[in-house]
Amino acid sequence: MFQSESPDMLSSRRVRPGRTPSPVIRITHWIGAASMLVMIGSGWQIYNASPILPFEFPPWATLGGWLGGGIAWHFAAMWVLMAAGVVYLGYGALSGHFRRDLRPAGPRAVGRDVAQALRFRLSHTAGHYNAVQRLLYTGVLIVALLTVASGLSIWKPVQLGWLTWLFGGYDIARRIHFAMMTLIVAFLVIHIVLALLVPQTLFGMIFGRRPPAASQETVR
Amino acid sequence: MSRARPDRAAIAPELRRIERRLMLKGSLSLGGLSMLSGCALDDEPSVERALAVMSRFTDRMQALLFSRQRLAREFDASQITQPFPFNAYYDEDEVRTVDPARWRLEVGGLVSDRRPWSLAQFRALPQKRQITRHICVEGWSAIGDWSGVPLSIFLHHVGADLRAKYVNFRCFDDYSTSIDMATALHPQTIMALDYGDHALPSAYGAPMKVRIPTKLGYKNPKYLSSIEVTNRFPGGYWEDQGYNWFGGS
Ligand code: HEM
Repeated sequence: MFQSESPDMLSSRRVRPGRTPSPVIRITHWIGAASMLVMIGSGWQIYNASPILPFEFPPWATLGGWLGGGIAWHFAAMWVLMAAGVVYLGYGALSGHFRRDLRPAGPRAVGRDVAQALRFRLSHTAGHYNAVQRLLYTGVLIVALLTVASGLSIWKPVQLGWLTWLFGGYDIARRIHFAMMTLIVAFLVIHIVLALLVPQTLFGMIFGRRPPAASQETVR
Repeated sequence: MSRARPDRAAIAPELRRIERRLMLKGSLSLGGLSMLSGCALDDEPSVERALAVMSRFTDRMQALLFSRQRLAREFDASQITQPFPFNAYYDEDEVRTVDPARWRLEVGGLVSDRRPWSLAQFRALPQKRQITRHICVEGWSAIGDWSGVPLSIFLHHVGADLRAKYVNFRCFDDYSTSIDMATALHPQTIMALDYGDHALPSAYGAPMKVRIPTKLGYKNPKYLSSIEVTNRFPGGYWEDQGYNWFGGS
Protein backbone atom coordinates (compact mmCIF):
# COMPACT_ATOMS: atom_id res chain seq x y z
CA MET A 1 0.00 0.00 0.00
CA PHE A 2 1.52 3.29 -1.05
CA GLN A 3 0.39 6.69 -0.03
CA SER A 4 2.00 10.04 -0.43
CA GLU A 5 3.50 11.55 2.66
CA SER A 6 1.34 14.08 4.41
CA PRO A 7 2.48 16.18 7.36
CA ASP A 8 -0.13 14.82 9.74
CA MET A 9 1.19 11.32 9.18
CA LEU A 10 4.55 12.31 10.61
CA SER A 11 5.62 13.15 14.07
CA SER A 12 8.22 15.66 12.92
CA ARG A 13 7.60 19.26 12.06
CA ARG A 14 9.83 19.28 9.06
CA VAL A 15 9.32 16.98 6.14
CA ARG A 16 12.15 16.34 3.73
CA PRO A 17 11.09 13.80 1.19
CA GLY A 18 13.91 11.68 -0.13
CA ARG A 19 16.42 12.62 2.52
CA THR A 20 18.76 9.84 3.56
CA PRO A 21 21.16 9.72 6.50
CA SER A 22 24.43 11.58 5.95
CA PRO A 23 27.56 9.56 5.11
CA VAL A 24 29.03 10.14 8.59
CA ILE A 25 25.92 8.69 10.22
CA ARG A 26 25.81 5.76 7.81
CA ILE A 27 29.47 4.83 8.09
CA THR A 28 29.59 5.14 11.88
CA HIS A 29 26.30 3.22 12.13
CA TRP A 30 27.68 0.23 10.24
CA ILE A 31 31.06 0.25 11.95
CA GLY A 32 29.25 0.59 15.26
CA ALA A 33 26.79 -2.19 14.37
CA ALA A 34 29.58 -4.58 13.36
CA SER A 35 31.63 -3.86 16.48
CA MET A 36 28.50 -4.15 18.62
CA LEU A 37 27.81 -7.63 17.21
CA VAL A 38 31.41 -8.61 17.98
CA MET A 39 31.06 -7.17 21.49
CA ILE A 40 27.92 -9.25 22.05
CA GLY A 41 29.34 -12.53 20.70
CA SER A 42 32.63 -12.17 22.58
CA GLY A 43 30.82 -10.92 25.67
CA TRP A 44 28.76 -14.13 25.70
CA GLN A 45 32.03 -16.08 25.51
CA ILE A 46 33.36 -14.19 28.55
CA TYR A 47 30.04 -14.64 30.38
CA ASN A 48 30.23 -18.41 29.88
CA ALA A 49 33.54 -18.52 31.80
CA SER A 50 31.67 -17.58 34.98
CA PRO A 51 27.89 -17.32 34.44
CA ILE A 52 25.89 -15.13 36.83
CA LEU A 53 22.57 -16.65 35.77
CA PRO A 54 21.64 -20.34 35.59
CA PHE A 55 22.33 -20.63 31.87
CA GLU A 56 25.16 -20.38 29.35
CA PHE A 57 25.12 -19.09 25.81
CA PRO A 58 25.39 -21.83 23.19
CA PRO A 59 28.99 -22.03 21.95
CA TRP A 60 27.97 -21.51 18.31
CA ALA A 61 26.64 -18.07 19.26
CA THR A 62 29.87 -17.01 20.93
CA LEU A 63 33.01 -15.55 19.45
CA GLY A 64 36.66 -16.27 20.21
CA GLY A 65 36.67 -20.03 20.87
CA TRP A 66 37.82 -19.71 24.49
CA LEU A 67 37.97 -17.09 27.23
CA GLY A 68 41.28 -15.59 26.05
CA GLY A 69 40.00 -15.30 22.49
CA GLY A 70 36.71 -13.79 23.69
CA ILE A 71 38.55 -11.16 25.70
CA ALA A 72 40.85 -10.33 22.77
CA TRP A 73 37.83 -9.80 20.50
CA HIS A 74 35.95 -7.86 23.18
CA PHE A 75 38.77 -5.35 23.73
CA ALA A 76 39.59 -5.02 20.03
CA ALA A 77 35.94 -4.27 19.21
CA MET A 78 35.67 -1.97 22.23
CA TRP A 79 38.16 0.51 20.75
CA VAL A 80 36.43 0.40 17.36
CA LEU A 81 33.02 0.89 18.97
CA MET A 82 34.25 3.77 21.12
CA ALA A 83 35.88 5.49 18.14
CA ALA A 84 32.74 5.10 15.99
CA GLY A 85 30.61 6.20 18.94
CA VAL A 86 32.62 9.37 19.56
CA VAL A 87 32.43 10.36 15.86
CA TYR A 88 28.71 9.48 15.67
CA LEU A 89 27.76 11.31 18.87
CA GLY A 90 29.97 14.30 18.05
CA TYR A 91 28.62 14.63 14.54
CA GLY A 92 25.03 13.95 15.61
CA ALA A 93 25.16 16.64 18.26
CA LEU A 94 27.05 19.30 16.27
CA SER A 95 25.25 18.85 12.96
CA GLY A 96 21.84 19.15 14.59
CA HIS A 97 20.97 15.62 13.46
CA PHE A 98 20.00 14.52 16.97
CA ARG A 99 17.89 17.61 17.63
CA ARG A 100 16.25 17.45 14.22
CA ASP A 101 15.86 13.73 13.59
CA LEU A 102 16.21 11.79 16.83
CA ARG A 103 14.73 14.01 19.55
CA PRO A 104 11.82 12.00 20.92
CA ALA A 105 8.43 13.43 20.02
CA GLY A 106 5.79 13.93 22.72
CA PRO A 107 3.77 11.04 24.12
CA ARG A 108 0.81 11.94 21.89
CA ALA A 109 2.90 11.47 18.75
CA VAL A 110 4.24 8.21 20.07
CA GLY A 111 0.73 6.97 20.80
CA ARG A 112 -0.43 7.96 17.34
CA ASP A 113 2.53 6.33 15.61
CA VAL A 114 2.20 3.15 17.63
CA ALA A 115 -1.47 2.98 16.68
CA GLN A 116 -0.55 3.54 13.06
CA ALA A 117 2.21 0.99 13.21
CA LEU A 118 -0.20 -1.59 14.57
CA ARG A 119 -2.47 -0.92 11.61
CA PHE A 120 0.59 -1.06 9.32
CA ARG A 121 -0.04 2.50 8.21
CA LEU A 122 3.05 4.13 9.65
CA SER A 123 5.05 6.36 7.38
CA HIS A 124 8.62 5.26 7.12
CA THR A 125 11.31 7.14 5.24
CA ALA A 126 15.03 6.62 5.22
CA GLY A 127 16.59 9.41 7.22
CA HIS A 128 13.27 10.57 8.57
CA TYR A 129 12.20 8.87 11.73
CA ASN A 130 8.73 8.47 13.15
CA ALA A 131 8.00 8.85 16.86
CA VAL A 132 8.52 5.15 17.62
CA GLN A 133 11.90 5.12 15.90
CA ARG A 134 12.96 8.31 17.67
CA LEU A 135 12.13 6.75 21.00
CA LEU A 136 13.89 3.47 20.18
CA TYR A 137 17.02 5.14 18.81
CA THR A 138 17.35 7.63 21.66
CA GLY A 139 16.73 4.78 24.08
CA VAL A 140 19.31 2.44 22.55
CA LEU A 141 21.91 5.22 22.40
CA ILE A 142 21.47 5.83 26.14
CA VAL A 143 21.58 2.08 26.78
CA ALA A 144 24.71 1.72 24.63
CA LEU A 145 26.40 4.52 26.60
CA LEU A 146 25.46 2.77 29.86
CA THR A 147 26.79 -0.51 28.48
CA VAL A 148 30.14 1.04 27.62
CA ALA A 149 30.32 2.90 30.94
CA SER A 150 29.41 -0.15 33.05
CA GLY A 151 31.84 -2.24 31.01
CA LEU A 152 34.64 0.24 31.70
CA SER A 153 33.70 0.20 35.38
CA ILE A 154 34.13 -3.58 35.70
CA TRP A 155 37.29 -3.51 33.59
CA LYS A 156 38.90 -0.73 35.66
CA PRO A 157 37.40 -0.91 39.17
CA VAL A 158 40.60 0.67 40.54
CA GLN A 159 41.63 3.27 37.95
CA LEU A 160 37.97 4.21 37.30
CA GLY A 161 36.86 3.45 40.87
CA TRP A 162 34.47 6.42 40.87
CA LEU A 163 32.62 4.90 37.92
CA THR A 164 32.41 1.50 39.63
CA TRP A 165 31.09 3.29 42.71
CA LEU A 166 28.46 5.09 40.58
CA PHE A 167 27.24 1.72 39.32
CA GLY A 168 26.93 0.41 42.86
CA GLY A 169 30.18 -1.56 43.10
CA TYR A 170 31.79 -4.32 41.07
CA ASP A 171 29.15 -7.03 41.50
CA ILE A 172 26.18 -4.79 40.70
CA ALA A 173 28.03 -3.12 37.82
CA ARG A 174 28.61 -6.55 36.29
CA ARG A 175 24.87 -7.26 36.42
CA ILE A 176 24.03 -3.83 34.99
CA HIS A 177 26.44 -4.51 32.12
CA PHE A 178 24.64 -7.78 31.44
CA ALA A 179 21.18 -6.17 31.68
CA MET A 180 22.16 -3.40 29.25
CA MET A 181 23.47 -6.02 26.81
CA THR A 182 20.09 -7.74 27.03
CA LEU A 183 18.30 -4.48 26.19
CA ILE A 184 20.56 -3.95 23.18
CA VAL A 185 19.84 -7.46 21.92
CA ALA A 186 16.10 -6.84 22.36
CA PHE A 187 16.42 -3.57 20.44
CA LEU A 188 18.43 -5.33 17.76
CA VAL A 189 15.72 -7.94 17.17
CA ILE A 190 13.04 -5.26 16.70
CA HIS A 191 15.43 -3.04 14.75
CA ILE A 192 16.44 -5.71 12.25
CA VAL A 193 12.86 -6.94 11.79
CA LEU A 194 11.75 -3.36 11.05
CA ALA A 195 14.65 -2.85 8.65
CA LEU A 196 13.76 -6.03 6.79
CA LEU A 197 10.07 -5.09 6.71
CA VAL A 198 10.96 -1.78 5.08
CA PRO A 199 13.99 -2.67 2.95
CA GLN A 200 14.07 0.83 1.43
CA THR A 201 15.41 2.14 4.73
CA LEU A 202 18.08 -0.55 4.71
CA PHE A 203 19.01 0.47 1.17
CA GLY A 204 19.13 4.10 2.23
CA MET A 205 21.24 3.33 5.30
CA ILE A 206 23.74 1.42 3.13
CA PHE A 207 23.93 3.45 -0.05
CA GLY A 208 22.77 6.86 1.11
CA ARG A 209 20.03 7.06 -1.51
CA ARG A 210 16.67 5.50 -2.19
CA PRO A 211 16.44 2.39 -4.33
CA PRO A 212 15.78 3.43 -7.96
CA ALA A 213 12.36 1.78 -8.06
CA ALA A 214 11.15 3.21 -4.80
CA SER A 215 11.93 6.89 -5.03
CA GLN A 216 8.36 7.47 -3.93
CA GLU A 217 7.47 7.72 -0.29
CA THR A 218 7.05 4.39 1.43
CA VAL A 219 4.14 3.97 3.73
CA ARG A 220 3.24 0.78 5.44
CA MET B 1 64.95 -32.11 14.30
CA SER B 2 63.27 -32.52 10.95
CA ARG B 3 60.05 -30.76 10.19
CA ALA B 4 58.21 -33.96 9.44
CA ARG B 5 59.09 -35.73 12.67
CA PRO B 6 58.98 -33.34 15.58
CA ASP B 7 60.98 -34.33 18.64
CA ARG B 8 58.44 -35.56 21.20
CA ALA B 9 60.51 -34.37 24.13
CA ALA B 10 60.85 -30.91 22.66
CA ILE B 11 57.15 -30.43 22.14
CA ALA B 12 56.08 -32.18 25.34
CA PRO B 13 55.62 -28.98 27.35
CA GLU B 14 53.55 -27.50 24.55
CA LEU B 15 51.44 -30.65 24.34
CA ARG B 16 50.91 -30.59 28.09
CA ARG B 17 49.79 -27.01 27.80
CA ILE B 18 47.33 -27.80 25.05
CA GLU B 19 46.06 -30.77 27.05
CA ARG B 20 45.49 -28.57 30.06
CA ARG B 21 43.67 -26.04 27.98
CA LEU B 22 41.45 -28.73 26.55
CA MET B 23 40.81 -30.06 30.03
CA LEU B 24 39.91 -26.56 31.14
CA LYS B 25 37.39 -26.33 28.40
CA GLY B 26 36.13 -29.77 29.27
CA SER B 27 35.51 -30.66 25.66
CA LEU B 28 36.89 -30.34 22.20
CA SER B 29 35.17 -27.16 21.11
CA LEU B 30 35.95 -24.71 18.37
CA GLY B 31 38.39 -23.06 20.76
CA GLY B 32 40.09 -26.35 21.51
CA LEU B 33 40.50 -27.06 17.82
CA SER B 34 42.00 -23.67 17.11
CA MET B 35 44.46 -24.24 19.96
CA LEU B 36 45.45 -27.62 18.57
CA SER B 37 46.38 -25.89 15.37
CA GLY B 38 48.86 -23.92 17.44
CA CYS B 39 47.02 -20.61 17.52
CA ALA B 40 46.19 -18.81 20.69
CA LEU B 41 43.41 -16.53 19.54
CA ASP B 42 42.19 -17.46 16.10
CA ASP B 43 43.15 -20.00 13.48
CA GLU B 44 43.26 -17.41 10.72
CA PRO B 45 46.80 -15.94 10.99
CA SER B 46 45.80 -12.46 9.85
CA VAL B 47 42.98 -12.32 12.42
CA GLU B 48 45.38 -13.65 15.03
CA ARG B 49 47.87 -10.90 14.22
CA ALA B 50 45.21 -8.18 14.24
CA LEU B 51 43.92 -9.32 17.63
CA ALA B 52 47.49 -9.38 19.00
CA VAL B 53 48.11 -5.84 17.72
CA MET B 54 44.89 -4.64 19.35
CA SER B 55 45.85 -6.37 22.59
CA ARG B 56 49.19 -4.49 22.62
CA PHE B 57 47.25 -1.27 22.03
CA THR B 58 45.00 -2.18 24.98
CA ASP B 59 48.20 -2.68 27.04
CA ARG B 60 49.44 0.79 26.16
CA MET B 61 46.12 2.45 26.98
CA GLN B 62 46.06 0.69 30.35
CA ALA B 63 49.59 1.84 31.12
CA LEU B 64 48.47 5.42 30.36
CA LEU B 65 45.42 5.05 32.59
CA PHE B 66 47.44 3.54 35.44
CA SER B 67 48.28 5.84 38.32
CA ARG B 68 50.77 4.86 41.00
CA GLN B 69 48.85 7.00 43.48
CA ARG B 70 45.42 5.51 42.88
CA LEU B 71 44.70 2.80 45.44
CA ALA B 72 42.50 -0.26 45.20
CA ARG B 73 39.66 -0.15 47.68
CA GLU B 74 40.36 -1.84 51.01
CA PHE B 75 37.63 -3.66 52.90
CA ASP B 76 36.67 -4.54 56.48
CA ALA B 77 37.51 -7.94 57.94
CA SER B 78 33.76 -8.71 57.95
CA GLN B 79 33.65 -8.50 54.16
CA ILE B 80 36.26 -11.20 53.52
CA THR B 81 34.97 -14.02 51.30
CA GLN B 82 34.70 -17.25 53.32
CA PRO B 83 36.24 -19.50 52.27
CA PHE B 84 38.48 -17.68 49.82
CA PRO B 85 38.41 -19.88 46.67
CA PHE B 86 41.35 -21.89 45.40
CA ASN B 87 42.21 -21.18 41.77
CA ALA B 88 45.03 -22.31 39.48
CA TYR B 89 45.51 -23.90 36.08
CA TYR B 90 45.30 -27.29 37.82
CA ASP B 91 43.17 -28.84 40.56
CA GLU B 92 43.70 -28.31 44.25
CA ASP B 93 44.95 -31.88 44.83
CA GLU B 94 47.87 -31.17 42.49
CA VAL B 95 49.22 -28.31 44.57
CA ARG B 96 53.01 -28.49 44.97
CA THR B 97 54.70 -27.68 48.26
CA VAL B 98 58.22 -26.85 49.42
CA ASP B 99 59.98 -26.90 52.77
CA PRO B 100 59.74 -23.23 53.86
CA ALA B 101 63.09 -23.45 55.66
CA ARG B 102 64.85 -24.49 52.46
CA TRP B 103 62.92 -22.27 50.05
CA ARG B 104 64.92 -19.47 48.41
CA LEU B 105 63.79 -16.74 46.07
CA GLU B 106 66.18 -16.44 43.12
CA VAL B 107 66.90 -12.82 42.16
CA GLY B 108 68.07 -11.99 38.67
CA GLY B 109 68.31 -9.49 35.86
CA LEU B 110 68.99 -5.77 36.31
CA VAL B 111 69.75 -5.79 40.03
CA SER B 112 72.99 -5.06 41.84
CA ASP B 113 72.65 -7.92 44.36
CA ARG B 114 71.67 -11.30 42.96
CA ARG B 115 71.98 -13.35 46.12
CA PRO B 116 68.90 -15.53 46.76
CA TRP B 117 66.58 -14.55 49.59
CA SER B 118 65.28 -16.74 52.42
CA LEU B 119 61.89 -16.40 54.13
CA ALA B 120 63.59 -15.16 57.29
CA GLN B 121 65.04 -12.23 55.35
CA PHE B 122 61.58 -11.29 54.12
CA ARG B 123 60.14 -11.62 57.63
CA ALA B 124 62.72 -9.08 58.81
CA LEU B 125 61.41 -6.39 56.45
CA PRO B 126 58.41 -4.10 57.13
CA GLN B 127 55.09 -5.88 56.44
CA LYS B 128 51.91 -4.42 55.05
CA ARG B 129 48.44 -5.92 55.54
CA GLN B 130 45.54 -5.23 53.19
CA ILE B 131 42.07 -6.61 52.59
CA THR B 132 41.38 -6.23 48.87
CA ARG B 133 39.25 -7.66 46.11
CA HIS B 134 40.81 -10.31 43.89
CA ILE B 135 39.14 -10.07 40.47
CA CYS B 136 39.44 -13.04 38.14
CA VAL B 137 39.54 -12.58 34.39
CA GLU B 138 36.61 -15.02 34.26
CA GLY B 139 34.45 -12.42 35.95
CA TRP B 140 34.12 -13.71 39.53
CA SER B 141 35.72 -11.91 42.41
CA ALA B 142 36.50 -12.55 46.08
CA ILE B 143 37.79 -10.44 48.94
CA GLY B 144 40.91 -11.66 50.77
CA ASP B 145 43.32 -10.59 53.47
CA TRP B 146 47.00 -10.71 52.51
CA SER B 147 50.07 -9.27 54.14
CA GLY B 148 53.70 -9.12 53.21
CA VAL B 149 56.59 -6.99 52.05
CA PRO B 150 55.88 -4.19 49.55
CA LEU B 151 57.61 -5.19 46.31
CA SER B 152 59.04 -1.65 46.00
CA ILE B 153 60.94 -2.11 49.29
CA PHE B 154 62.38 -5.40 48.09
CA LEU B 155 63.38 -3.89 44.74
CA HIS B 156 65.21 -1.10 46.54
CA HIS B 157 66.97 -3.65 48.76
CA VAL B 158 68.36 -5.62 45.83
CA GLY B 159 69.39 -2.48 43.98
CA ALA B 160 67.00 -3.00 41.08
CA ASP B 161 67.18 -0.72 38.06
CA LEU B 162 63.86 1.03 38.62
CA ARG B 163 63.87 2.40 35.08
CA ALA B 164 63.69 -1.12 33.67
CA LYS B 165 60.41 -1.96 31.98
CA TYR B 166 59.38 -5.29 33.45
CA VAL B 167 59.46 -7.46 36.53
CA ASN B 168 59.19 -11.16 35.69
CA PHE B 169 57.96 -13.80 38.12
CA ARG B 170 58.58 -17.55 37.87
CA CYS B 171 56.95 -20.11 40.10
CA PHE B 172 57.77 -23.67 41.16
CA ASP B 173 54.38 -24.85 39.87
CA ASP B 174 55.62 -23.93 36.36
CA TYR B 175 53.47 -20.82 36.31
CA SER B 176 54.90 -17.46 35.28
CA THR B 177 53.77 -13.92 34.71
CA SER B 178 55.28 -10.45 34.43
CA ILE B 179 54.28 -6.89 35.21
CA ASP B 180 55.24 -3.32 34.31
CA MET B 181 57.63 -1.45 36.61
CA ALA B 182 54.99 1.19 37.49
CA THR B 183 52.75 -1.51 38.96
CA ALA B 184 55.73 -3.16 40.66
CA LEU B 185 56.36 0.11 42.52
CA HIS B 186 52.68 0.66 43.42
CA PRO B 187 52.29 0.88 47.21
CA GLN B 188 49.72 -1.95 47.30
CA THR B 189 51.86 -4.44 45.35
CA ILE B 190 53.15 -6.81 48.04
CA MET B 191 55.11 -10.04 48.30
CA ALA B 192 52.57 -11.79 50.48
CA LEU B 193 53.77 -14.16 53.21
CA ASP B 194 50.57 -14.37 55.25
CA TYR B 195 46.90 -14.87 54.65
CA GLY B 196 44.78 -13.64 57.56
CA ASP B 197 46.74 -14.15 60.76
CA HIS B 198 48.75 -17.13 59.50
CA ALA B 199 51.49 -18.00 57.06
CA LEU B 200 50.11 -18.54 53.54
CA PRO B 201 48.56 -22.01 53.31
CA SER B 202 49.74 -24.15 50.42
CA ALA B 203 46.48 -23.66 48.50
CA TYR B 204 47.08 -19.90 48.46
CA GLY B 205 50.65 -20.08 47.21
CA ALA B 206 52.95 -20.93 50.14
CA PRO B 207 55.46 -19.72 50.88
CA MET B 208 55.12 -16.55 48.76
CA LYS B 209 52.54 -15.02 46.49
CA VAL B 210 52.71 -11.65 44.78
CA ARG B 211 49.50 -9.82 45.58
CA ILE B 212 48.66 -7.00 43.16
CA PRO B 213 45.18 -5.56 43.80
CA THR B 214 45.52 -3.33 40.72
CA LYS B 215 45.72 -6.38 38.44
CA LEU B 216 43.56 -9.35 37.53
CA GLY B 217 44.07 -12.69 39.27
CA TYR B 218 46.33 -14.25 36.63
CA LYS B 219 48.84 -11.43 37.22
CA ASN B 220 49.08 -12.45 40.93
CA PRO B 221 51.54 -15.39 40.90
CA LYS B 222 51.66 -17.91 43.74
CA TYR B 223 54.45 -20.39 44.69
CA LEU B 224 57.05 -17.80 43.72
CA SER B 225 60.52 -19.14 42.96
CA SER B 226 62.30 -16.33 41.13
CA ILE B 227 62.08 -12.68 40.31
CA GLU B 228 63.85 -10.91 37.49
CA VAL B 229 64.10 -7.24 36.50
CA THR B 230 64.37 -6.89 32.74
CA ASN B 231 63.80 -4.80 29.65
CA ARG B 232 63.02 -7.83 27.52
CA PHE B 233 59.28 -8.55 27.28
CA PRO B 234 58.83 -11.67 29.43
CA GLY B 235 55.22 -12.70 28.70
CA GLY B 236 53.73 -15.34 30.98
CA TYR B 237 51.86 -18.63 31.24
CA TRP B 238 48.43 -17.30 30.21
CA GLU B 239 49.71 -14.23 28.39
CA ASP B 240 51.61 -16.43 25.92
CA GLN B 241 48.33 -18.18 25.17
CA GLY B 242 46.56 -14.93 24.40
CA TYR B 243 45.47 -13.28 27.64
CA ASN B 244 45.96 -9.53 27.62
CA TRP B 245 49.41 -8.82 29.07
CA PHE B 246 48.76 -5.70 31.16
CA GLY B 247 45.66 -7.21 32.82
CA GLY B 248 45.08 -4.17 35.00
CA SER B 249 41.98 -3.35 37.03
C1 HEM C 1 23.49 -5.43 12.13
C2 HEM C 1 22.26 -5.12 12.27
C3 HEM C 1 21.68 -3.75 12.02
C4 HEM C 1 20.94 -3.39 10.95
C5 HEM C 1 20.53 -4.28 9.78
C6 HEM C 1 20.57 -2.00 11.12
C7 HEM C 1 19.80 -1.26 10.25
C8 HEM C 1 19.47 0.07 10.38
C9 HEM C 1 18.74 0.85 9.43
C10 HEM C 1 18.18 0.33 8.14
C11 HEM C 1 18.62 2.11 9.92
C12 HEM C 1 17.90 3.27 9.26
C13 HEM C 1 16.47 3.22 9.69
C14 HEM C 1 15.62 4.19 8.90
O1 HEM C 1 16.18 4.92 8.10
O2 HEM C 1 14.41 4.17 9.12
C15 HEM C 1 19.28 2.14 11.20
C16 HEM C 1 19.40 3.25 12.01
C17 HEM C 1 19.90 3.21 13.32
N1 HEM C 1 20.43 2.10 13.97
FE1 HEM C 1 20.77 0.30 13.13
N2 HEM C 1 21.11 -1.55 12.30
C18 HEM C 1 21.80 -2.59 12.87
C19 HEM C 1 22.49 -2.56 14.10
C20 HEM C 1 22.40 -1.52 15.01
C21 HEM C 1 22.96 -1.55 16.33
C22 HEM C 1 23.77 -2.71 16.94
C23 HEM C 1 22.66 -0.35 16.92
C24 HEM C 1 22.99 0.15 18.30
C25 HEM C 1 23.09 -0.56 19.36
C26 HEM C 1 21.90 0.41 15.96
C27 HEM C 1 21.40 1.68 16.19
C28 HEM C 1 20.80 2.48 15.24
C29 HEM C 1 20.51 3.87 15.43
C30 HEM C 1 20.77 4.68 16.71
C31 HEM C 1 19.97 4.34 14.24
C32 HEM C 1 19.58 5.77 13.89
C33 HEM C 1 20.81 6.37 13.25
C34 HEM C 1 20.74 7.85 13.04
O3 HEM C 1 20.13 8.29 12.06
O4 HEM C 1 21.36 8.59 13.82
N3 HEM C 1 21.76 -0.33 14.81
N4 HEM C 1 19.81 0.89 11.46
